[in-house]
Amino acid sequence: MALNKVQMLELYRKMRTIREFEETVAKFFSQGQIPGFVHLYTGEEAVATGVCANLEKQDYIASTHRGHGHGIARGASLNKMMAEIFGRIDGECKGKGGSMHIADVELGFLGANGIVGAGLPLATGAGFAAKYMKTNGVAICFFGDAASNRGTFHESLNMASIQKLPVVFVNENNMYGISMSQERHQNISDIADRAGSYGMPGMVVDGNDVMAVYEAAEEAVKSARAGGGPVLIECKTYRHHGHFEGDACIYRCDEEVNAWKAKDPLPRFANRLQEMKMATEAEIDQIDAEVKKVIADAVEFAQNSPVPTLDELTKDVYCD
Amino acid sequence: MVEMTYSQAINEALEEEMRRDEKVYILGEDVGLFGGCFGVTTGLFEKFGGERVIDSPISETAIMGSAVGAAVAGLRPVPEIMFVDFLGVCLDELVNQAAKMHFMFGGKAKVPLTLRTACGAGVGAAAQHSQSLEAWICHVPGLKVVMPSTAADAKGLLKSAIRDDNPVVFIEHKALYGAMGEVPEGEYTIPLGKADIKREGKDVTILAYSMMLHKALAAAETLALQGIEAEVIDPRTLVPFDKETLYKSIEKTGRLVIVHEAVKQGGFGGEIAAMVAEECFDFLDAPIKRVAAPFAPIPFAANLEAAYIPDEAKIIAAVKSFF
Ligand SMILES: Cc1ncc(C[n+]2csc(CCOP(=O)(O)OP(=O)(O)O)c2C)c(N)n1
Ligand SMILES: [Mg+2]
Repeated sequence: MALNKVQMLELYRKMRTIREFEETVAKFFSQGQIPGFVHLYTGEEAVATGVCANLEKQDYIASTHRGHGHGIARGASLNKMMAEIFGRIDGECKGKGGSMHIADVELGFLGANGIVGAGLPLATGAGFAAKYMKTNGVAICFFGDAASNRGTFHESLNMASIQKLPVVFVNENNMYGISMSQERHQNISDIADRAGSYGMPGMVVDGNDVMAVYEAAEEAVKSARAGGGPVLIECKTYRHHGHFEGDACIYRCDEEVNAWKAKDPLPRFANRLQEMKMATEAEIDQIDAEVKKVIADAVEFAQNSPVPTLDELTKDVYCD
Repeated sequence: MVEMTYSQAINEALEEEMRRDEKVYILGEDVGLFGGCFGVTTGLFEKFGGERVIDSPISETAIMGSAVGAAVAGLRPVPEIMFVDFLGVCLDELVNQAAKMHFMFGGKAKVPLTLRTACGAGVGAAAQHSQSLEAWICHVPGLKVVMPSTAADAKGLLKSAIRDDNPVVFIEHKALYGAMGEVPEGEYTIPLGKADIKREGKDVTILAYSMMLHKALAAAETLALQGIEAEVIDPRTLVPFDKETLYKSIEKTGRLVIVHEAVKQGGFGGEIAAMVAEECFDFLDAPIKRVAAPFAPIPFAANLEAAYIPDEAKIIAAVKSFF
C-alpha cells in the first residue's frame, strides 16, 4: 500500500530520531558519562524504521547488542531509553540493564541482547506464542551478518519453518562482525540464500533505502501474519561508527566508509521526499529541529533521574 | 625481572609456546587481525600467520568443539571464548566432550587444549559480560581451572596449561589486563595446583584469587596498620586445588576468610569452606567467613555495580568480625 505524506514524514522523523539519539549517546560516552559498552546504530536507521512501521500492538521484536534503533523504531520512550543508558532509576530497566539490555516487553520489545544470536530463538518463541494464542501477532528478529554463523540462526529458521511460525527474520548485513568482514566470516555474499535451506523465502533489499525496507517488510509481515510462515529479509547496510565506541576500525578503509556515508539513509530519504514533493526543505529542517529538542529533553530527563538505590541490587531477581 | 602488563605476559606465553611447539594454535573471534577484543593476542597474527592464529566466525560451538576434535587428533589448540559469559553457548563441547573423553574412553584419548576466556565485573559491561562462572566448571571432573591474579603468574601458568595433556580452562580477569607486574626474565613455568602465599601473616588467612587477590592485599595493608597481620593466599588454580598450603596457613592463624568475585551461593568458596571444615576443623578458632557477590545478576548502574563487587571494606569487616 502506498504511504501517504504523513506516514512518509513519520519514517523520516523516526530515522532522524535514531540518528540524533545515537550521536548524542556517542558524545556523552566520549565524555565519560556513560559506562560500559555502547554499540551505535548510526547508518542503519532505515532497517529498524522500515520494518517496525509495519508492526501492530500485539507484535514482538527481538534485538541485538546494537539495539537502540530497534527500541526507538518500536516506539520505546526516548526518556527511559536514555536514562537506562545513563544507568538511572527512571530508565527502561531501572538502570540495571544498560545499553545492551534495554527492553520494554509490554511494548513488544523483547530487549537488546548481549549474546550474539540469542534473539533468533527468542523471536521464534514469541512467534510460536502468537500462533498458539491466536493473537494474530508476528515476531521480528533483528540480527547481524555475523550472527548468521551461530547455531541459533540455523536452528531457529528450521524450527520456525517447520512450525510455520509468524516470524520475520531481519538480517542487518553491515558487512562486519567486529573486525571480521563478511568475506572472511562466510563463503556466501547473500545471507538471504540461507533461507532456501530451511524452505522459506529469502529476499535481499537495500538496507539504506527506507522505502525498500518498508515494502519488503510489508510483504513479509503480511504473509507471516496470514499464516504463510517465516521469511528472511537481508538488508545490506553499514555502520558509520566502530563496532563499539572506542573501536579504532583498523580493519576497514576510509574509502569504504566514505562510499557508504555517501549512501547515508537520511539525506537520501530527505532528498527523495523533496523529489516526490512530499516535503519541502523547510519541513525537513523543522523535523530535524523538533527531534533535536526531543533528544535534548531525553538527556535532561536522564541526567535529572537519580541513580538506583542500593536495595535495588537484590530486587527483581525473582518475581513475587 | 621485567615490568609488563598482565595482557603482555599472556601474549608472551602464547608466543613462546607457539615457537616451542608447532602443534599449538589459537582460534577465536577477532584474535587475529584485530589482536583480540582486549588486545591480548596483538602481534601474533603478524608473527605466525592466519594458519596458526585463526579468526573464527561467531560460532562458539564450533570453536570449542573443533578444538576438542583437533586436540584428540594430536594438536594443542588454544581456543579463545571472548567472555566467560559465552561459555553457555559452547558448554556441551567443554563439559560433555572435552572433560569426559579421557575417562569415557578408558584413558585412551587425550584432550590437550587450553581454553582462554575473560571474566569479571568492574567495567560497566552489565549482566551478560561481567560474570565469574568458575564454579560451573570446577564442578566438572576432567577439567583443570586456572585463575591468575598477576602478570608473572599468568605467564607461567599459561605455559603449563598449554603443555598439560588435559583440558584446561584459563580464566583471565578483564579488569587486570592493564595491570603492571614484575615478570621473571627468560623461560619459566609455574605448575598447576600450587598456591602462592602472596603475603605472610599470623593472625588470619585470607584466600583470594584473580582480581580479589589485589583487594585482599590492599585490605591486609590496612589491617596491618591496625595490628592485624593477615596471610594472603592465592590458590592460582582452583582445580587442582592446593589444600596443603591453605591448611598449613590455617594451622598457624586459626581463622579463614575466603574471597571471590563470583556469587556467594554455590560459589567455589563454599567448596573450600567445606573442605576445611571436613579436613582441618581442629585448626579453626572461629567460623569460616566468605566475602563474595550477592545472589543477583550483575547490575549496569555504576553505583550498583560498585556495591555488588566485593571490596576492601567488606574484606576488612569480615576479618574484624574475628577480633
Ligand atoms: C555468543 C557471542 N559471541 C561473541 C560475542 C561478542 N560480540 C559482540 S557483537 C559481535 C559481532 C556481531 O556482529 P554482527 O552479528 O554482524 O552484528 P553487528 O555488530 O555488525 O551489528 C561479537 C563477536 C557475543 N556478544 N556473543
Ligand atoms: Mg555485522
